[in-house]
Amino acid sequence: MAHFKKKQAGTKQEVPTSAMPDVVFMLLFFFMVTTVLREVTLKVRVDLTKATNIEKIEEKRLVSYIYIGPERLPGNKLGNDKVQIDDSIQDDINAIRTIMYDKLIEEPRMIVSLRVDKDSEFGLLTDVQEELKQAQTFKVNYSTKSEN
Amino acid sequence: MLLKKRKREGAEINGSSMADIAFLLLIFFLVTTTINVDTGIGMVLPPPLNPEDQPPPIRERNLMKIVVNENGLVLMDEELTPMEQVQEKIIEFIKNPENLETLSVSPQAAIVSIKTVRQTPYSIYIDMLDEVIGAYAILRNEAALANYGVEYSRLSKENRDIVEDIYPKKISIAEPDKE
Repeated sequence: MAHFKKKQAGTKQEVPTSAMPDVVFMLLFFFMVTTVLREVTLKVRVDLTKATNIEKIEEKRLVSYIYIGPERLPGNKLGNDKVQIDDSIQDDINAIRTIMYDKLIEEPRMIVSLRVDKDSEFGLLTDVQEELKQAQTFKVNYSTKSEN
Repeated sequence: MLLKKRKREGAEINGSSMADIAFLLLIFFLVTTTINVDTGIGMVLPPPLNPEDQPPPIRERNLMKIVVNENGLVLMDEELTPMEQVQEKIIEFIKNPENLETLSVSPQAAIVSIKTVRQTPYSIYIDMLDEVIGAYAILRNEAALANYGVEYSRLSKENRDIVEDIYPKKISIAEPDKE
């Protein structure tokens, strides 16, 4: 009986998998790097209050934050209410006007997210809001947690 | 001399499970890194008023004055009101179903003004704002159900605008008096 030998290619049929971990690690690093959000070191305590009728901020890159709360002092103590923008505490309320105006020029659709401690007094917030009005940044968002 | 004839085993570590480990790590990071969504109450501040200009005139009956003190006591049009009744009263004020003289002429004209003192804690102020926005949410939902038969959140953009025109959200944040 004639026996036909199958012609086989000389090469191996396995897919080399040795590079697979590298590929996966690359993906891993990509996700690790991209998902890290820019965090600010909070110099004030911000314990958000809760509300029911809230909305989500869809576009996160439009948001610029203002933190208001009692200052964290060494030794786990809390000081007076202060305003923090980016990484520094603003002692001069009138400086907020310029800072926010500069930010608005960079991003005209800016939303100011006010992250205010629940025990802070309303007075300081009004002063900040007055500055925001002067800086023409009218869109604000009172940051709150969801009630449920 | 004895020649040791031994087959040398290659000093390789089996790397096939490396991919699994990497995948595990990858999935771990994918799951744990929650991009936290910012939630809050959106507001639009009014433009600054010139000191020379007088505030625009508003008819007394179209304005619901809410005053909150530092202890969370609420005055609505000079009437002490418990927090639970605030929402009801606002809805009644906006809709004015019996056409009372003291309440708003129409939902479009209604303005809710919230005034606090400087010492009011922020949480009380937000609670108050939440009640007012909640009242508007209920009214808009009602209007959406009555006119289109679906909830407000499921309306199309155009219909939503129409409903928003029926109940425009006019909230005024009054400045606290300077001491």
